[in-house]
Amino acid sequence: MRTSSYDGWYRGSARGLFVLCCSGEVFALPWQSLSPTNIFAPASKPADSIYGVSLFVLAVTGAIFAIVFSLLVYTVVRFRKKTDDRSEPPQVYGSTQVEVAWTVVPILIVVALFMATVRVIADTQKVVRPDNGLEVVAVGHQFWWEYRYPGLGIVTANELHVPVSDTGRPTPTFVTLLSADTDHSFWVPRLAGKTDLIPNHPNRMWIDPRETGLFLGQCAQYCGTQHAKMLLRVYVQTRDDFEHWVEAQKQTPRPTSVPSEGQRIFESTACINCHSVAGTAANGRFGPDLTHLMSRDTIAAGVAANTDENLRRWIRNPDTVKPGALMPAMQLNEQELDAVTAYLETLR
Amino acid sequence: MSTNSTTWSAAAGEPRAIVDLIHEWVTTVDHKRLGLLYIAYALVFLIVGGIEATVLRLQLIRPHNNLVSPQVFNRMFTMHGTTMIFFVVMPMLFGFANYLIPLMIGARDMAFPRLNAFSFWVTAFGGLLLYFSLVGANGLYGAGNAPDVGWFAYAPLTSQTFSLGHSTDFWILALLVSGFGSIGTAINILATILCMRCPGMSLGKMPLFAWLYLVTAALVVLAISPLTAAQIMLLVDRYLGGHFFDTQAGGSAVIWMHFFWIFGHPEVYVLVLPAFAFASEIIPVFSRKPIFGYSVMVAATVAIGFISMSVWAHHMFTVGMGAGANTFFVLSTMAIAVPTGIKIFNWLATMWGGKIEFKTPMLFCVGFLFQFLIAGLTGIMLSCAPFDWQLGNSYFVVAHFHYVIVGGILFTTFAAMYYWFPKMTGRMYSERLGQLHFWLFLIGFHLTFDFMHIPGLLGMPRRIYTYEPGRGWDSWNLIVTVGVFFQAAAILVLFVNLLWSYSRGAHAGGDPWDAWTLEWSVPSPPPTYNFASIPTIRSRRPLWDLKHLDDPDWMYEGTR
Repeated sequence: MRTSSYDGWYRGSARGLFVLCCSGEVFALPWQSLSPTNIFAPASKPADSIYGVSLFVLAVTGAIFAIVFSLLVYTVVRFRKKTDDRSEPPQVYGSTQVEVAWTVVPILIVVALFMATVRVIADTQKVVRPDNGLEVVAVGHQFWWEYRYPGLGIVTANELHVPVSDTGRPTPTFVTLLSADTDHSFWVPRLAGKTDLIPNHPNRMWIDPRETGLFLGQCAQYCGTQHAKMLLRVYVQTRDDFEHWVEAQKQTPRPTSVPSEGQRIFESTACINCHSVAGTAANGRFGPDLTHLMSRDTIAAGVAANTDENLRRWIRNPDTVKPGALMPAMQLNEQELDAVTAYLETLR
Repeated sequence: MSTNSTTWSAAAGEPRAIVDLIHEWVTTVDHKRLGLLYIAYALVFLIVGGIEATVLRLQLIRPHNNLVSPQVFNRMFTMHGTTMIFFVVMPMLFGFANYLIPLMIGARDMAFPRLNAFSFWVTAFGGLLLYFSLVGANGLYGAGNAPDVGWFAYAPLTSQTFSLGHSTDFWILALLVSGFGSIGTAINILATILCMRCPGMSLGKMPLFAWLYLVTAALVVLAISPLTAAQIMLLVDRYLGGHFFDTQAGGSAVIWMHFFWIFGHPEVYVLVLPAFAFASEIIPVFSRKPIFGYSVMVAATVAIGFISMSVWAHHMFTVGMGAGANTFFVLSTMAIAVPTGIKIFNWLATMWGGKIEFKTPMLFCVGFLFQFLIAGLTGIMLSCAPFDWQLGNSYFVVAHFHYVIVGGILFTTFAAMYYWFPKMTGRMYSERLGQLHFWLFLIGFHLTFDFMHIPGLLGMPRRIYTYEPGRGWDSWNLIVTVGVFFQAAAILVLFVNLLWSYSRGAHAGGDPWDAWTLEWSVPSPPPTYNFASIPTIRSRRPLWDLKHLDDPDWMYEGTR
C-alpha cells in the first residue's frame, strides 16, 4: 500500500539511482518515530515526491562528501611536515588537465541534480484541482489559522479537517493561502513542503494524504510576538468521519428563547467585536469563529487542550497562556468567568 | 583641543599622554590604524552578538523554558543577526582589507585616506545607532525598545501598523548609515587595487588576496545600493505615506523580499570571499607551496561574483514564485557550486605534496576546509527547491548558514588574526593558547552546529522562542546549547592570548612565517609610510624570489 502511492509519480520515468532513492521509502518507518513532524516520514503526495528527490540529493552530496573528506584527511595526514625537515617541497603551480577535470565533473553533477529537481517542481506546482478535490481557504492571522470551506459553507479555526485520499478515488485538498496581516507560512512536514501566506499575494498549495491521523506543524515564517505558538493541526479522516464532521459543522445552534447569563455577558462585552457565533448577535471577524468551539481539541492555535480549566484561564487572561496574543483580558469577575465559560461550552 | 603642552614636549621615552594618544587614533587617516580600529570595533560587537546568541540558546535549552519573554527573544535574534552581519563580520573584513591591501600591493596608503576614515566612523556610528535603540526607541506605550522584526525585516511586519515606536527606525537608520560606510570603503578598495599597485605588479601578479577583495568590493557597491534604496523606501512608507510595502494599500511584501535578498545573497559572498582571501594566503605559506591554479582561482572568483548576483530568490522558494522562476533560481544556485568547488579543490591541491606545518592559522584554515565542504553540500540540498520547501526557514537553514559564517568565515578570520598578529603588533602570539582556542572552538562549533541540523529535519522552524515537548527536538537543542559554552570559553582564550601576547609576546621580526608577499618585507609593525622605497616585483611571490635567487618564481609563472 505504501509503495502504491508512487504509481504514476516516478514509475514512468525514474531510473538508476533515482529509483533506488524513491524506493528508500521503506526506511521511513523507523525514522517516523523520531518526531511527529519529521520531513523524512511523508504521508502525502507532495511530501512524498520531495522525500524522493531529497534522498537523491542526499545520496549525491553524501558521495561528494565521502570522496572530498577522504582526500582532505589523506592530505592532512600524509603531507605533514616532519619536524627536522627544513627543505622546501617541489613548487607546483597548477595543472590544466586537473583543473578541467574538476570543473567538468561538478558541472555534470549539477546537471543531474537540476534535472531531478525540475521534475519535482513541475509535478508539484503545475497540478490543477480535479473535480472531486476539496477546496479550502486558509487565512493566516496573528497568531492563529482561519479555515474556510467555500464549497461547504464552513468556517472554523486552527484545526483543519480533510478526507483521506485513496489511489482508486483520490480526493486531494487544495488550499488557497491568504493573510490578514503579516507573512506566515503553512508547514505540516509530513504532508507537504511549506508555502507562505503573504498579504496581497494569494498562494496555492495542495495535499493528498494517504493515511488518516493527526498531522502537526506550525507557522514557519516569523510573524510577530507569538510566532512560536501558532501551531498547525491537520486531521486526516476517513471519508465517513469527514462527512460526519462536515454535517456537524453545518449545524447552526438553535437560538434559545432566554439567553443564558454567559451569553448575555458575551454579547454585551467586547467579545463579539472579534468573535462570531452563528445564529447570534456575535459576528466579529478578527478572532476565531466560535460557533462550534467545543468540536475542537485545542484552543489558542493548538497551544492548550480545550478543557474547562484552560478555557477559563484563557478568558481570564490570554497572556498567561500565550503572552503577546492579541485577545485582551476582559477583566471579568469570577461569576462572570464561570458564566462565559459555561456558555462557550454549549457551543458544540 | 586643550591638550597639555608640557606632556607633548616631554622627554623621549616617556609614554604619550592618553588624551594625545586618543586624539591620534580618532583623527588618524593611516590605513593601518583604521584597519586596527575596524578590527577592534568588530571584536567588541563580537562579544555583544555572542552574548545575544547565548541568551537565545539558553532560552531554547528545553521545551517551554521561561528564561526570557517572547518579546525579548524576538529582539535578541534580530539584534544578534544584524550585529553579527553588519557590525562584526563586515567591519572585521574591512579591517583586514584596510590593513593589508596597501602592504600587499606595495602602496603607502589607501587611495582615499580621508574617505577611509569617514567610512570607518560612519560605520561605527551605525552600530551605535542600532544599540541606541535600547534607550531611544521606546517612543510609545507598549512599543519595544529594540528592533524585533528579524534581520531581514520582512514587510509588512515593519510597517507602523505592526511595529510601533521607533525600534524599526533605528534598525533602518543603522543599516542606512553603515551602508554608506561600506560603500565608501568598497570604492576605496577598488581604487587602491586598480590604481596603486607597485611597479611590476600587473593584475595577474597580484596576491590572490587582492583579487578576492577586488571582487568583494565590486559586490559591496552592487549589493549595498539596493539595500540602501529599500531602507529609504521603508522610511518613506513609515513616515511619508508611501505604499511600497504597504499591503493594506496595494503595496507588495514580495518586493521587499526581492530588494532585501538581491542585497542579501551577494552579501553572503561579500562575507565569504575575504574568508577565501585569508585561506588563499595562509594555506600556501603553511604548505610551503604556491597556490595551485592561480589563474583558475581568479576566474572562479570572478565567476562567483557574477553568478552571485543572480541567485537571490533561492531565499524565496516558499513565497509562491511559480515554477518558472523557481527553476531559474535552482539552476543559478546550483551553478555557483561549481566555481566554489573548484576553489576547495585548488586549496586541497595546494596542500597536496606540500610540507604542512600545523601552526594555529593553518589549523583554523584546515577546519575551514572541512566545514566549508559541509556548508557547501548543505547549500546544494537547499538549492533543490522542493527540498527547500521542507528545509527553508527551519533550523536546518540556521545550521547551514552558521556553518558558512562561523565554520567558514569566522574560522578563517581567526586564522587571519593569528597569522597577521605578529605583523600588526610586532609580537608573536602564544602558540599554546592559540591551539587551545582552536580545539575548544572546534568542539563547541561542532556540538552546536552539527546537531542544529537535526531539529530542522524534524520540523523545527527558526525564530521560535519556545517549542512543544514531544516533537523529538529536546535533546538536540540541549546539545546545541552545551556547545555554546565551549565556544564562549574559546573566545575568552582568544582575548587572553591577544592581550597577553600584545604586551608579553616574543618579538616577531619582520617575517616570522618565512612568507612570500610584500607585507612581510617591512618591519613589524610597519612604519607609517610602509615602504622606505616602493618595491618593484617580478612575480606573485616577490619574497620567494628574494630568498631563492637561483630559482625565482618569475622563471616559471609566465607559463601558468
